[in-house]
Amino acid sequence: MVANPFETVKEKVDLSVDPSDEVKTTTCYMCACRCGVKVHLKNGKVRYLEGNPDHPVNKGVLCAKGSAGIMNQNSPAKLKKPLLRTGERGSGEFREIEWDEALALAAEWLGDTRRKDPHKLAFFTGRDQSQSFTGWWAKQYGTRNFAAHGGFCSVNMAAGGLYTLGGAFWEFGEPDWDLTRYFMMFGVAEDHDSNPIKAGIGKMKSRAGTKFVSINPCRTGYSAVADEWVGVRPGTDGLFVFALIHELLRAEKIDFASLARYSNAPWLVIQDPGAADDGLFARGEDGQPLVYDLESKSLVSFSTPDFKPAFAGERTLPDGRKAVPSFELLARRYLSDAYSPDAVAEQTGVSADAIRRIAAELAEAAFESEVVLDVPWTDAWGRKHDKMIGRPVSFHAMRGISAHSNGFHTCRAIHILQALLGSVDTPGGWRNKAPFPRPAPPGPKPAGHAADGGLPLGGMPLGTPFGPEDLIVDDAGEPVRIDKAYSWEHPLSAHGLMHMVLHNAWAGDPEPVDVLFMYMANMAWNSSMNTAGTLKYLTDKDENGEYRIPKIIYSDAFYSETVAYADLILPDTTYLERWDCISLLDRPISSAHGPADAIRHPVVQPDRDVRPFQDVLLDLGARLGMEGFVKDDGSAAYPGGYPDYITNHVRGPGIGPLAGWRGKDGDQHGRGDPNPDQLDRYIEHGAFWHHDLAPEQQYYKHANQSYLDYSHGMGWIGAAAPITFQLYSETLQKFRLAAMGHGAHVPPERHRERVKEYFDPLPIWYAPFEDEVDGVDEYPLHALTQRPMHMYHSWGSQNAWLRQITAANRLFMHVDTARELGIEDNDWVRVSSRTGYVKGQVKLVRGVNPQTVWTWNAIGKRKGSWGLSKDAPESNRGFLLNHLIDELVPRGAEKARYSNSDPVTGQAAWFDLRVKVEKCAPEEAGLTDPLYPDIAPMPEAPERLDVLRYGKDLTGTPTAGTAEAEDWIAHRHELAQTIEGMRDGQYGRAGKGDKA
Amino acid sequence: MTQLPSTPPQKKLGLVIDLDICVGCHACAVNCKEWNTGGHSAPLTDLDPYGAKPKGVWFNRIHTFEAHNEETGESRTVHFPKSCLHCDDAPCVTVCPTGASYKREEDGIVLVNGDICIGCKLCSWACPYGAREYDEDEGVMKKCTLCIDRIYNEALPEENRVPACVSTCPAGARHFGDLGDPQSDVSLLVEARGGVALMPEQGTRPVNRYLPPRQKTGKDVAPRMLEHQDDSNEGAGLLARWVDKILS
Amino acid sequence: MLIWLAVFAGLGWLPAGQLFGFIAFAIAFILVAGGLLSSTFHLGHPERAWRAMSQWKTSWLSREGLIAVLTFIPTGLFAAGWVFLGRNDGALLMLGAAGALMSLMTVYCTAMIYASLKAIPAWSNVWTPPAYLVLSLATGAVLVTFISAVFGLDTVQPMIVTALIALAAALAIKLAYWSARSGAAPVSTSASATGMDRFGKVTLIEAPHSESNYLMEEMGFRIARKHASKLRAYAIGLGFLLPLALLAAVGWTQLPMPEIWLGVAVLSCAFGIIAERWLFFAEARHVVTLYYGETSA
Ligand SMILES: Nc1nc2c(c(=O)[nH]1)N[C@H]1C(S)=C(S)[C@@H](COP(=O)(O)OP(=O)(O)OC[C@H]3O[C@@H](n4cnc5c(=O)[nH]c(N)nc54)[C@H](O)[C@@H]3O)O[C@H]1N2
Ligand SMILES: Nc1nc2c(c(=O)[nH]1)N[C@H]1C(S)=C(S)[C@@H](COP(=O)(O)OP(=O)(O)OC[C@H]3O[C@@H](n4cnc5c(=O)[nH]c(N)nc54)[C@H](O)[C@@H]3O)O[C@H]1N2
Ligand code: SF4
Ligand code: SF4
Ligand code: SF4
Ligand code: SF4
Ligand code: SF4
Ligand SMILES: [Mo]
Repeated sequence: MVANPFETVKEKVDLSVDPSDEVKTTTCYMCACRCGVKVHLKNGKVRYLEGNPDHPVNKGVLCAKGSAGIMNQNSPAKLKKPLLRTGERGSGEFREIEWDEALALAAEWLGDTRRKDPHKLAFFTGRDQSQSFTGWWAKQYGTRNFAAHGGFCSVNMAAGGLYTLGGAFWEFGEPDWDLTRYFMMFGVAEDHDSNPIKAGIGKMKSRAGTKFVSINPCRTGYSAVADEWVGVRPGTDGLFVFALIHELLRAEKIDFASLARYSNAPWLVIQDPGAADDGLFARGEDGQPLVYDLESKSLVSFSTPDFKPAFAGERTLPDGRKAVPSFELLARRYLSDAYSPDAVAEQTGVSADAIRRIAAELAEAAFESEVVLDVPWTDAWGRKHDKMIGRPVSFHAMRGISAHSNGFHTCRAIHILQALLGSVDTPGGWRNKAPFPRPAPPGPKPAGHAADGGLPLGGMPLGTPFGPEDLIVDDAGEPVRIDKAYSWEHPLSAHGLMHMVLHNAWAGDPEPVDVLFMYMANMAWNSSMNTAGTLKYLTDKDENGEYRIPKIIYSDAFYSETVAYADLILPDTTYLERWDCISLLDRPISSAHGPADAIRHPVVQPDRDVRPFQDVLLDLGARLGMEGFVKDDGSAAYPGGYPDYITNHVRGPGIGPLAGWRGKDGDQHGRGDPNPDQLDRYIEHGAFWHHDLAPEQQYYKHANQSYLDYSHGMGWIGAAAPITFQLYSETLQKFRLAAMGHGAHVPPERHRERVKEYFDPLPIWYAPFEDEVDGVDEYPLHALTQRPMHMYHSWGSQNAWLRQITAANRLFMHVDTARELGIEDNDWVRVSSRTGYVKGQVKLVRGVNPQTVWTWNAIGKRKGSWGLSKDAPESNRGFLLNHLIDELVPRGAEKARYSNSDPVTGQAAWFDLRVKVEKCAPEEAGLTDPLYPDIAPMPEAPERLDVLRYGKDLTGTPTAGTAEAEDWIAHRHELAQTIEGMRDGQYGRAGKGDKA
Repeated sequence: MTQLPSTPPQKKLGLVIDLDICVGCHACAVNCKEWNTGGHSAPLTDLDPYGAKPKGVWFNRIHTFEAHNEETGESRTVHFPKSCLHCDDAPCVTVCPTGASYKREEDGIVLVNGDICIGCKLCSWACPYGAREYDEDEGVMKKCTLCIDRIYNEALPEENRVPACVSTCPAGARHFGDLGDPQSDVSLLVEARGGVALMPEQGTRPVNRYLPPRQKTGKDVAPRMLEHQDDSNEGAGLLARWVDKILS
Repeated sequence: MLIWLAVFAGLGWLPAGQLFGFIAFAIAFILVAGGLLSSTFHLGHPERAWRAMSQWKTSWLSREGLIAVLTFIPTGLFAAGWVFLGRNDGALLMLGAAGALMSLMTVYCTAMIYASLKAIPAWSNVWTPPAYLVLSLATGAVLVTFISAVFGLDTVQPMIVTALIALAAALAIKLAYWSARSGAAPVSTSASATGMDRFGKVTLIEAPHSESNYLMEEMGFRIARKHASKLRAYAIGLGFLLPLALLAAVGWTQLPMPEIWLGVAVLSCAFGIIAERWLFFAEARHVVTLYYGETSA
């Protein structure tokens, strides 16, 4: 070539390449946050995924997982065709079969079972985002044995909140990020609201005069940016919160006005020890609770608009019996010296001074920096208010609190503290998200009593019991559900106990199942306790050589560990290839500003012989002739598949899966006839529907008439009546009374003490169960897991980009603790519990409670799974703590083995785990243990790539011209208030750089 | 050309990263990879993507540090994203024998011309910050382009004409603008928050700035402590008071 | 070596013998060319190597390449004259001299490539250029002396003296360099690398990737203390002391078969210098390691 070696070649850069031939909007499902995503397509491939700026959830941002969606779509672990097991369970030996064969076989298994006894089907759907549909399928099939993953997830938080405020932290509410001044976060590493929480924290920290406190044994992620980190000892938050309440009570820093109106604090509680109604609320003829009015000096009904209630003092009821306001009982308990800061300091590992200071800061923020909005509103008693006055203190709490055996009561305590400060759904406080608030508890009740036979089931299998009569037990009071949900062992198990299904099905306790049907849950690995035991339950055979869990059908999209343990695999599509419906009937994506729901629609063509699971369920429903799934002529009710169902299914009058653009002309929202063009409207509007509540509806939703009317109109609440905070829980007291032998439904003798103890109508604290197991002193440390922000449980490891960030996990440990144990940085250690052991490598840090060790969750993988090579770090240096967690704990005098769960809700107590850590012998270092036999590679698996050049062929053609570069300041509005001369995005350059 | 612009560019486009807000979520790193693997320096090759030694080209990486003060015993955890700092005195440019590594006069962006890079790697030895990424598969050097194919891109909606890492950051910890203009919003922000340059002693005069973590409140700030209205045993006194006191 | 060939020739210590010229230059050119080629093949794009000369205005690497290539012209002619015309005086000698000078410049450029890398304090200091120059002179001298001895030249004696001086000088500089390094305060720390000086001691607790990456593999190399000191001993012993001793011995005692002993000197010198080179790279800590676990560099 003729080239001058001395010439300096100048690069010509294409500054205006159009990244896409086409942009489609849909909803991300790289996690359950469900952000809006814009999919840039080029040459038919996904070129780029970016956040949808108009979307109410993420407002344009995209997290690491969402950004890695391309590699999810590109994963070599994607299932390609239905599989039928040929080898032993766990071997991974399968043969590919056609869908006809697969569906016929499934229909045969399910049909036989249904004819025999529909309850012999256990249908459990892990990370399901269509529970209102799968639950309905179970109901129509006629099995009570249905649940999704909530039981091992965070039902304590859901139930704790729903039974107290009619709403909850978790995804049912959020802090008022724009106005809150003091934000406390309990036990959160990441949570479902991944992006909103990050945006919120960034926003509030960009404003002057705010404080963010994180209560967490581990200082990572959010806790790392907290203004104050409280490295509490695991399982002791209850004590910490009680001490805060103690201090606030002693200083009378309580929002009595709010409690008088919005809570049951003034309700009179019957004091008649031994009576069947002792501890229940005294009610007038109208059935309304009674309060004592200090002005009229008389008992009045809570429904009277104006009264000045007494918060203490014994009163005499018309029938001559005594009663006291529930607040007095609450105050007596937490004023007790047992809950003074000094009393709890040692156990919680938080100094008494810190507790006192935080209490003072809370009071200061709540009562001395009120937020006042000039927005007139009318309350549920018809009283007009010309302002909205807010107490800018907000909390958020998640699994660090709920995933303990004492979690339910602690969750309740935190919700109660929010109410005592008068900051529930007020400006600057913690706010409900539609459809919440609902009555506490909300209902409906669970269906599937031993009594109610026939098809379909009387109601949805999951619900919220109001009292002992709602339990799903037989006449002897014994469990009938396979997971023993709604039994006396954990009565308020509103989400079921998915973590007990495999054990119980194996044990045939309460009774064996014929078919186990699972969807989207990696139960053979990272979502089960006691991995070794779990694998045994899945593979164990009876005397005649039959598997004790006879038939297992499983739908996954990838070659996960669980696939290897199923008999029939129904391969699903990816989230970019299917229709989905994120419904208000389910776990909606609403924000505090208003309700929202969303869809997914196919934006890329599947390149494999896979089918959307929802279509498969509709198909099976029709094949089985299930009511609702077939027309009278026996033909399929939804021949168009899931999109047909989403559009045309009617759940209640005018109510269907989607709330937006209903009615013939698509001009109705909430209620309305099915609209044939509904899905088109969604697609035109970025795949979501969102309604902004009017300013006067934005706050006090529990007692805001205008909002309550709207909520009732939308069908979220039965009546437009105010929702009262249940600080003192009558529901719990009902169970306690039953345990004392009162009423028609009483627990079997052996459970009575337990129910009596744990169904205290006011939050109690007790040591996590593991702390009381004999010989626990041998295991001095608490062991926790945290979610990495860039991984979603097990499925990030198949992702070529995400696994580069974390392909192997470390055990994080405090430098001082390590020194005492003679452990040095990067040493290999053996971590053991009373149940098992694992080997891993330590990383020494300072940002962790010294009595605690922790690791990233679900990084360890089984060899041969997830399309990874056998020498992948995930399966050689990665490890799970699940090996160490027993699904049963000995409790009570006779050491009966109860589920390792909260005794009230059945929430899996993942974080009760106690361990000891020892340095490995040199020859033991380098490889994790236990290692299970390899799983055979997926049939017809693509051959492994040595080099991935994704995008090489997606660089496009230049277009003309280039624009001026624009600057970008995040949180421009907040920063503009604190920085001289900075332009405020809200004015002029509207929204620019300001994502919220 | 690898001679640095004779007069340092007036316009200095760069990033400002707020370490007080960064939660270490890796979104910026992954979204950067996602954009750029089909962008100016495509692809951002990954080696052994599903095997024992996954190793790829990334323009942005998140490190996590702990800072510990021996005297006070206080420590903190800080997440630390790092990409090219688009130095004014960029050694990666001056060492380059081919002119493949260059700094734009228009805006100070430092780029690599993959068509003439010989892959001698010298620039990666010259960069103190580890911002050069060698693509072993293509045998050329790559690096953060400051998303030059986004920030001027008329094919994109206006609000997207910012670096991918900036517009995707969920926490809003990343800012983009002209640090050459003392009145620009990024400059004001750096001014107000005492933004710092990394390793000034290396004499590279980076354009990017880092906003240091704020002084943690807590411990030292004691608000007015709560006054107990009554210290009687188990709060009996308080309860007695409340019996006929109108509190609401 | 090319340098000495010219210099000694100028001093008339070298015969214009064609065979001698052929052998000597053959060895010299093979070494030089070999060096250039191998570094070319380490490139990601060897076929583009020619572009490497364009940036001589700013890049020492560019300059090195350029001069190295140019040096072939005079030295080539000088060699040709010597080998084919059997002459190494007059105009040819001038060319030789020019070549010698350019060779020196080449070595200097090489040195400056390293010396200019601020990111590696172990290289970017005053010692690097002189060390390179004197080392190359010393090794060259030893080699020429050996060849001359093989040819049984009677002028070996002064060459030995030259080689001795060069070696001694090189050793001196190396020792000075090592002591300077051992005393040197770190230029950068993990605190300055993260701008967090004010918060105390800064340590990495999680790298961006749990596995390795290009930067860690290219620059993260760490060599164990004791390992290093062992290598130093070899470098000093084989690279300098032994050759010095042998040269002296040959020079002032009537050892039989001096060429053998000088041959040994060349070999030992070669090994020693390899050790020295390896150390030079192994002991260099790049400041980027501060982002990957080191706390000072
Ligand atoms: N030690 C420990 N264990 C824990 C936890 C903990 O904190 N510590 N957390 C617990 C909690 S809260 C939860 S929720 C569970 C989560 O654990 P799982 O419910 O098991 O969730 P994943 O690991 O995400 O597995 C879900 C399965 O769904 C599959 N999948 C992914 N996308 C699709 C799809 O589009 N269609 C179909 N059909 N399948 C798909 C994946 O391949 C995977 O096999 O883990 C629990 N386990
Ligand atoms: N990136 C990502 N996001 C996810 C998921 C994911 O896998 N990856 N999973 C989703 C799911 S299914 C769920 S359930 C949510 C869960 O979201 P999180 O509630 O954040 O769940 P974890 O990651 O288990 O974090 C539990 C936190 O509680 C702390 N903790 C443990 N014990 C205690 C205690 O006794 N007291 C206090 N105060 N803290 C404690 C731990 O240190 C940890 O920081 O995340 C959801 N979002
Ligand atoms: S948080 Fe991330 S992964 Fe989850 S939905 Fe949003 S973008 Fe997708
Ligand atoms: S995206 Fe933002 S918060 Fe996340 S790591 Fe990057 S800078 Fe930090
Ligand atoms: S950070 Fe490194 S690569 Fe970027 S300009 Fe500076 S020296 Fe060059
Ligand atoms: S690797 Fe490429 S860009 Fe870097 S110095 Fe060599 S030629 Fe220049
Ligand atoms: S500016 Fe662009 S290239 Fe540079 S780190 Fe950010 S996203 Fe990556
Ligand atoms: Mo979960």
